Amino acid sequence: MAKQQVNPTRMELTRLKRKLATTTRGHKLLKDKRDELMRQFLDLVRENKALREKVEAGIAAANKNFVLARAGMADEVLNVAMMAPMQEVYLETSHRNVMSVDIPVFEYKTRTSDANNIYSYGYAFTSSDLDDAVKSLADILPDMLRLAECEKSCQLMAAEIEKTRRRVNALEHVMIPETQENIKYITMKLDESERSTQIRLMKVKDMLLEQAHHYKERQEKTPA
Amino acid sequence: MGDRDSIYGFAALGLDTFPVTDPVEASKKLRQLAEGEYAVVYITEALAAQIPAEIDRYRLAPLPAIIPIPGVSGNTGMGILNVKKSVEQAVGSDIIFNGN
Repeated sequence: MAKQQVNPTRMELTRLKRKLATTTRGHKLLKDKRDELMRQFLDLVRENKALREKVEAGIAAANKNFVLARAGMADEVLNVAMMAPMQEVYLETSHRNVMSVDIPVFEYKTRTSDANNIYSYGYAFTSSDLDDAVKSLADILPDMLRLAECEKSCQLMAAEIEKTRRRVNALEHVMIPETQENIKYITMKLDESERSTQIRLMKVKDMLLEQAHHYKERQEKTPA
Repeated sequence: MGDRDSIYGFAALGLDTFPVTDPVEASKKLRQLAEGEYAVVYITEALAAQIPAEIDRYRLAPLPAIIPIPGVSGNTGMGILNVKKSVEQAVGSDIIFNGN
């Protein structure tokens, strides 16, 4: 059953055969792409999960410290302490191509090179809880940035995998069978018309011979 | 981005903080940040839960990365849920977390 109307001609047959070859090759390539993407995605997503758990635990701990710090200090003092940050984080983004998916790569720089230079206040009026809190946050910052990179990559790759999977399935279950079906249909049609031509030729030959030699008349005469 | 209590500590690290709690204001701010020069936006889970549509808009854009983080009110599990969502989208079923 040919789903779409195809002309049963030799030209169409060659075209379809070529199309089938391309489709099969495309299908194989896309399938490879999907498998490789999937492999990388799974590695990445495992890392993503581990990082997220780490960062969430870190932030929860830091938040506890912050709550303590807040409880022990007046709001104004806290605000003043946080008003002028010493550090500044600069992010440089570039991207890496993984199986045609552009995933971001972040590189961060801090304004001052000393990693301990995170306390934006004198220690005289602030509680030590605040120091702990800031320190614990500073410790997880690299992980947080890595997490951002990882999670974004995961999201982008997941979308690409879904797209590729759909393409593979469309090729495998629709395009390829349909083309094969059409090729079969044309081949049968062509064979059929070839047979009917042959039969017609044989008949015509019989008729011509009959006209030339009058076999039938002779046959009727001979027994008599 | 998030409520002030959850994010003021990040200011000390040199991150820019934007205290917002109102969803309407938050989505406006998010849009402004995303179109600006920020590559990573950390947003508290509580706030992220209120503006899912805005966040989904940037899900497929290469930048910025919008990352939910737990706030002072505790971990809502939304972050890990996002990872799960990616896995489900890619694989078709959840094979990393095994239903946890």
